[in-house]
Amino acid sequence: MHLTLEFGGGLELLLEKSTKVHKVDCQPTMDGSEGGKATMKGLLSWVKSNLIKERPEMFIKGDSVRPGVLVLINDCDWELCGGLDAELEDKDVVVFISTLHGG
Amino acid sequence: MQSAPSTRAGSRLCVRCGERKAALKRPKTLEQICRECFYVVFEDEIHRTIVDNCLFKPGERVAIGASGGKDSTVLAYVLSELNNRHKYGLDLFLLSIDEGITGYRDDSLETVKRNEIQYGLPLKIVSYKDLYDWTMDDIVKAIGLKNNCTFCGVFRRQALDRGAALLKVDKIVTGHNADDIAETVLLNILRGDIARLSRCTFITTGEDGPIPRCKPFKYTYEKEIVMYAYFKKLDYFSTECIYSPNAYRGFAREFIKDLERMRPRAILDIITSGENFRISTTTKMPEQGTCERCGYISSQKLCKACVLLDGLNRGLPKLGIGRTTKGGAGADGNGERPGKQKERNRSSLQGKHGNFDF
Repeated sequence: MHLTLEFGGGLELLLEKSTKVHKVDCQPTMDGSEGGKATMKGLLSWVKSNLIKERPEMFIKGDSVRPGVLVLINDCDWELCGGLDAELEDKDVVVFISTLHGG
Repeated sequence: MQSAPSTRAGSRLCVRCGERKAALKRPKTLEQICRECFYVVFEDEIHRTIVDNCLFKPGERVAIGASGGKDSTVLAYVLSELNNRHKYGLDLFLLSIDEGITGYRDDSLETVKRNEIQYGLPLKIVSYKDLYDWTMDDIVKAIGLKNNCTFCGVFRRQALDRGAALLKVDKIVTGHNADDIAETVLLNILRGDIARLSRCTFITTGEDGPIPRCKPFKYTYEKEIVMYAYFKKLDYFSTECIYSPNAYRGFAREFIKDLERMRPRAILDIITSGENFRISTTTKMPEQGTCERCGYISSQKLCKACVLLDGLNRGLPKLGIGRTTKGGAGADGNGERPGKQKERNRSSLQGKHGNFDF
């Protein structure tokens, strides 16, 4: 599945070379298999394992994003899409914005 | 587009217009609204706050404290829009403080300089170097990373007033939002700081001081400020200060965010609680006077900035840090920076790294 991931509000600092936009090919199911449903929960696990290079606690708390990190799926608040259970489709754009960083 | 399950984006309509797809769940009200209605309610609520609290009068000169961060950037944009739309009749300026932090403040000031052009608001920059002959880079060399936030917080509050005086403005507005104020209420309760607790929820502070400060975003949630900036593609800077890389891990902020996740209304409820505290009339409050050295407002003979500066200039930078100066006056009730500094020390003593687990 091809997804575009965007990190903002300072979250990009946790990623390699502080890159904001990542076009990834991944299978964000909970067990990584081809057959399961791709959900935000699986994606968070994948991002934590594959993209976050430092201070993962700034991004993840328990199974979810850390409170204070906003998530948009195709420019829609993930709280309207089912949150962790939101299903992802090919070519979705997922944006993570931190409200925790800042001068 | 294939038929989507009910939780897919776009399947719900805005509860306000009933026409467009909902894009956002408002934390204050839990309403699901579209982008266009979000702009309307966001701006109208801020306008309502400004009018209900009589923050401005026609003809006033108003300085917007501009750090380049999300709150001040959105504040500059929205205040400029509302000033035009509702004919407040204000002369607006951007006022930035240059703390002299290489690799951080110079980058964020570039953002404010772009905002000056984008929004058409004149920008004034005041530096610690000009005012105190010390940059934060110098101060950190003298004192180290611990406690440097105390210097910066004290100097910045005073620098903002001095910059505002140079601009000859009538008011200063800052981008403190509802989350910031709820956090400050909690910190002041935990510290037992009665003087600050009694005023940290005031939407206008310092009316008896040099220049009043207003917080038009007092009831505006941080989530909405960020979403507004994102949807409007506003240009802001969001790297944390290099001298306090762990400041964002303050326990109170994390606690506020955990509460917000469980019950978003908690932020407004904490502010309401703060507003409703009643201090016994027999409790002694610090008396406000002026510093005998620089004339700035102070409840002691020397203001906090002069005490700290005296220490720096004498090669005794830790003078002015510590319990004996507790309660030393600043110009306003927002003790956020010093609070974070003290809070960090407290949480390390607890050995919990400032984190509560639920």
